[in-house]
Amino acid sequence: MTLTVYVPRDAGALSLGAGEVAHAIAREATARGLELELIRNGSRGAYWLEPLVEVATARGRVAYGPVSAGDVPGLFDADLQSGGAHRLSLGLTAAIPWLASQQRLTFARVGVVDPASVADYVIHGGYQGLRRALAMSPQTVVEAITGSGLRGRGGAAFPTGIKWKTVLEQPAGQKYVTCNADEGDSGTFSDRMLMEGDPLSLVEGMTIAGLAVGATQGYIYLRAEYPHAHRALNQAIAAAYQARYLGADVMGSGKRFDLEVRLGAGAYICGEETSMLESLEGRRGEVRVRPPLPAIKGLFGRPTIVNNVITLATVPTILHRGAEFYAGYGLGKSRGTLPLQLAGNIKRAGLVERAFGLTLRELLYDYGGGSASGRPLRAVQVGGPLGAYIPASQFDTVVDYEALAGIGALLGHGGIVAFDDTVDMARMARYAMEFCAVESCGKCTPCRIGSTRGMEVIDRIIEGRDTEGNVRRLEELCELMVQGSLCGLGGMAPFPVQSALRHFRGDFTARVAQ
Amino acid sequence: MEALSFEHGESVRRIVGDLKGRPGPLIEVLHAIQAELGYVPAAAVPLVASELNLSRAEVHGVVSFYHFFRSTPPGAHTVSVCRAESCQAVGGEALAAHARRRLGVDFHETTPDGRFSLEPVYCLGNCACSPAVMIDGRLHGRVSPERFDTLLAGVDPDPKR
Repeated sequence: MTLTVYVPRDAGALSLGAGEVAHAIAREATARGLELELIRNGSRGAYWLEPLVEVATARGRVAYGPVSAGDVPGLFDADLQSGGAHRLSLGLTAAIPWLASQQRLTFARVGVVDPASVADYVIHGGYQGLRRALAMSPQTVVEAITGSGLRGRGGAAFPTGIKWKTVLEQPAGQKYVTCNADEGDSGTFSDRMLMEGDPLSLVEGMTIAGLAVGATQGYIYLRAEYPHAHRALNQAIAAAYQARYLGADVMGSGKRFDLEVRLGAGAYICGEETSMLESLEGRRGEVRVRPPLPAIKGLFGRPTIVNNVITLATVPTILHRGAEFYAGYGLGKSRGTLPLQLAGNIKRAGLVERAFGLTLRELLYDYGGGSASGRPLRAVQVGGPLGAYIPASQFDTVVDYEALAGIGALLGHGGIVAFDDTVDMARMARYAMEFCAVESCGKCTPCRIGSTRGMEVIDRIIEGRDTEGNVRRLEELCELMVQGSLCGLGGMAPFPVQSALRHFRGDFTARVAQ
Repeated sequence: MEALSFEHGESVRRIVGDLKGRPGPLIEVLHAIQAELGYVPAAAVPLVASELNLSRAEVHGVVSFYHFFRSTPPGAHTVSVCRAESCQAVGGEALAAHARRRLGVDFHETTPDGRFSLEPVYCLGNCACSPAVMIDGRLHGRVSPERFDTLLAGVDPDPKR
């Protein structure tokens, strides 16, 4: 009987030694004369258990973790083949409470399927959405997306259906579907996990988008920092072409959709949609003045959909299971599920997909298990380097677009970075300005110059020089950057600074002159 | 500006020839040049410009805009240390200081013996396993200063070091 073992090829799992574990398993199986099918899946997202090894048994998939290469002979001795007991045994994967309590719609296949196999994708419900979309009119497809309540998961939370409708209504001619895979926010890795673990759901989502708005060409703009995702996407795209899910005759419909990956080159600003389009055209990633909207005049001056990876990868589920099914999750204007990412100083870091409505406290303590250091959590930054710092006193806030906006914060791409009580918030504020200075595209003055002046002012505060006067100057500068910048980089870089000043003022004012 | 060697010139011409028909090809051309030569020599800029019918300023503007493109040859090994918030929350700054001390260079510099280039990076997407480091394209998570030294020794077991 063939032994089927899963060892993730997810970049995070590899960074903890999954590659060595896979080699050790192959070696051990050969030595014991066992026939082995080794599947390199994505990660389940429970990174404190990575490398997480799974074995197919009659009872279902049984998990062991975290496994190191040295553990492998012992696992075989403990009858890993039939899911035998071992100190690293976690029981049935599906029954691990941290995973079982999640509501995985977008991530349903991540960590489950072989990312390079179209056949495996189809067995797990893949291409059902496209099949349905092909039987619908473009208008009905767009209406389904609108009806699902899906909002852009990249951070701006703009209703996806409205964007698609605008592109659909443009006169026929060359149109484009572009995927923003320039996931640059610290604390976020859901795009990467999805592209490495279930890239075909993104390919399918983009194909549906193309058919819905009459676009025949798609581009995935991928950040250069993600070499593993690059390889996984290229493999998946090649497999989809091979099986005729891409190309001149998508699923025998006579309709064309072509797709390719373009690599970024290490510029955070290219996650801003107009800057991304400039970069796709081969230019400096400087933001464009809007209007015109990309939906009207986007890539190469043509109508263009720009959506984030998670947004597009959710589309197949909506088409397959129906708009009402998806809208049945969540609350208020935040419908569906959100893949949240727990990072930084947190014991059980990883990916938690749940319907909107969870509180920060539930995420940080029930899922996250508190800080990794064992010290009290003092603050979390939600939504990347442009997101606000939220103090422990506000951990009962619900994680949805409106509730976070209500406390002057933002959800962004759903990344949550936890800090314990050793964090110096003045230094984090300085970092926010430094990051903006490094990444500013330079087109507008408030961002280009303001960020450098911001760093200098905070340096003086940290040195304890005229803290009161300098805090006042810093507040004025933040206001100016928010009001005067051309795009969200300069316009939002002050958010972490302002929130740090609001909630942790003592970290700025109580500095002693050096 | 150092002149482009014959071999480098041939490489650049071949790469541009292969890619110039694609829409918006400049960044793809630069990626291909850097993948082959390790960097984008300043002397390649006028050649790329004339082959793509762009101005030298446009090409230089793109090379200098993107952090990923480098104008000088890299060391034998490139070490990228993440400087972003998630890594900072679990000792990333101490790790960055250790890396500078250990290699004896600052960020964006190459050791005088040409063995290592040290680069900052703003997020490797490994935030659930911070602090993160990438060495020659290989990602490593939960990197302590001790583990950093072990990883360096793994790619460059020079006894003098």
